[in-house]
Amino acid sequence: MSARADVNPMGNPTGNPMLRRGRGALAWLRRNLFSSATNTLLTLAALYALWKVVPPLLDWAFVEAVWDAPGGRACREAQGACWAFIADKHRFILFGTYPFEQHWRPGAAILVFVALYGVSALRSCWRPWLALAWLAGLAMIGLLLWGGAFGLPYVEDERWGGLVLTLVLATFGIAFAFPLSILLALGRTSALPAVRVLCVAYIELIRGVPLISVLFMASVMMPLFLPEGLMIDKLLRAQVALILFAAAYLAEAVRGGLQAIPRGQYEAAEALGLSYWKMTTLVILPQALKIAIAPLVNTFIGLFKDTSLVVVIGLFDLLSTVKTALNEPAWSGHGVEAYLFASFVYFVFCNAMSRFSQRLERDLAHGQRAQAPQAGRAG
Amino acid sequence: MIEMRGVNKWFGDFHVLRDIDLSVARGEKLVVCGPSGSGKSTLVRLVNQLEEHQSGRIVVDGIELTRDLKAIEAVRREVGMVFQQFNLFAHLTVLENLTLAPIWVRGASKREAEDVAMHFLARVRIPEQAAKYPAQLSGGQQQRVAIARALCMQPRVMLFDEPTSALDPEMIKEVLDVMVELAEEGMTMLCITHEMGFARTAADAIVFMDQGEIVERCPPEEFFASPRTERARAFLGQILGH
Repeated sequence: MSARADVNPMGNPTGNPMLRRGRGALAWLRRNLFSSATNTLLTLAALYALWKVVPPLLDWAFVEAVWDAPGGRACREAQGACWAFIADKHRFILFGTYPFEQHWRPGAAILVFVALYGVSALRSCWRPWLALAWLAGLAMIGLLLWGGAFGLPYVEDERWGGLVLTLVLATFGIAFAFPLSILLALGRTSALPAVRVLCVAYIELIRGVPLISVLFMASVMMPLFLPEGLMIDKLLRAQVALILFAAAYLAEAVRGGLQAIPRGQYEAAEALGLSYWKMTTLVILPQALKIAIAPLVNTFIGLFKDTSLVVVIGLFDLLSTVKTALNEPAWSGHGVEAYLFASFVYFVFCNAMSRFSQRLERDLAHGQRAQAPQAGRAG
Repeated sequence: MIEMRGVNKWFGDFHVLRDIDLSVARGEKLVVCGPSGSGKSTLVRLVNQLEEHQSGRIVVDGIELTRDLKAIEAVRREVGMVFQQFNLFAHLTVLENLTLAPIWVRGASKREAEDVAMHFLARVRIPEQAAKYPAQLSGGQQQRVAIARALCMQPRVMLFDEPTSALDPEMIKEVLDVMVELAEEGMTMLCITHEMGFARTAADAIVFMDQGEIVERCPPEEFFASPRTERARAFLGQILGH
């Protein structure tokens, strides 16, 4: 056995007690960043990369940035980021072609959305009144955006755009696709052959085609199936397409959760005399959905961003308003700032969803042991 | 209370229960034992139709078990079952586990259901665990909660499918004590177990099964002292041997 430098012949540790016991910043650095030759090299390489990238980035984004540039001239001459572009165009980016004087309405609608999300994220608020709050909130959003009552002039939904359109599509998409997906997943695992075949066919057909083609089909085919003269408006077609699309993917995530439920849970519920639907809603689904939180939220986040595809059928969500704003000659060439801003907005919402799901998983753990083994501990 | 006549069951081609005739009177306590694969679990699970029989008649508490869902659900309300793997609902607290069925199957109010639940939790001697989740309890405690959960429906018959087989030895006694008390109070019990001490104390009769048939049925002292058939003798030799 070779002699170790960190213990004396009696087997007791040597060296600086402060470092050994691991307190203090120095000890942290030594343990985590410089613990071996390889790690030290990697640390140095990472520090070098950061030094090369971060100061120029900060310089471009903040120090040399132009915050105010009438006509765009100051931006063309400056070296840094042109945030003045965002300042100038932000109303178009956020609200699309909504009538200019009425912009407070979609602004208020966005605030109502954020309030609804915020309240729903608190588990202490998960009571029956939350459903009513959602209905009231959505009704208010509809009223704000469409108008036509209470002295608000009517604005047809073709003129909605930007962030408010993204939020409408994503919120209604998730709100309707989720219950539909639960029914599909239960149907797919049902004992009744007709139900099962229908659900499988639906899920596999939808999953087999890209969202763009589903949007096109909804846009083109839906009017064909309807009686003469009955027009479904474009927004509704896009919304239905998004709902149908998301439901297929969410259904598979729910089915994964259902498969993880041991047979014993079904048997215990049946032995107590619970009928199929009571067993499913009280015992099976709560556990299955909890298991499926990660893949479900994954799909929600994907759906939120997939709403940007509605541009192919002529609706202008956040990403396409950003792109359109770039077309103006005074501001062309500032694509980076534009897409950075759009990315930032998407990131705010998607990251919030992600954090919410992590907290939800933690809250629902109920004293169960952590899934992953602790690093470095035996057994 | 339970009547089985000429009951047969197949799993595919495998004939798992052959011409079973069994009677359990009200208040009678039966222990079913036998080698593994003899069909004991299947037999007990026929009583609340967790398994279906292909031929013969089963009548529980005057209700005949056919494919009729209403009859099955009526029987399940009167028959409680305790499983080897506990099968507690992990997403609910102990109290919620106990009140779920009374509220949603019997239509009790939350207050009534909680009163009954606390009563039975006290009976199984763990009233202080009411707000905990199953994962926070030991195996013995979980199984006692499972027994209390079945009792909250105030069943006429209790089925036990190897209730102590998944427990560490030091926890077996606490569960068996509860079962003995239950037996002494006059509950009709059908119990699959290898705990022969319990069988000697609490059972009115031992039913020995082998290869899908009921081979012997007799009082415990008779069974342990002088089993009538060779198969029973061989079985007893194996389990009492060490």
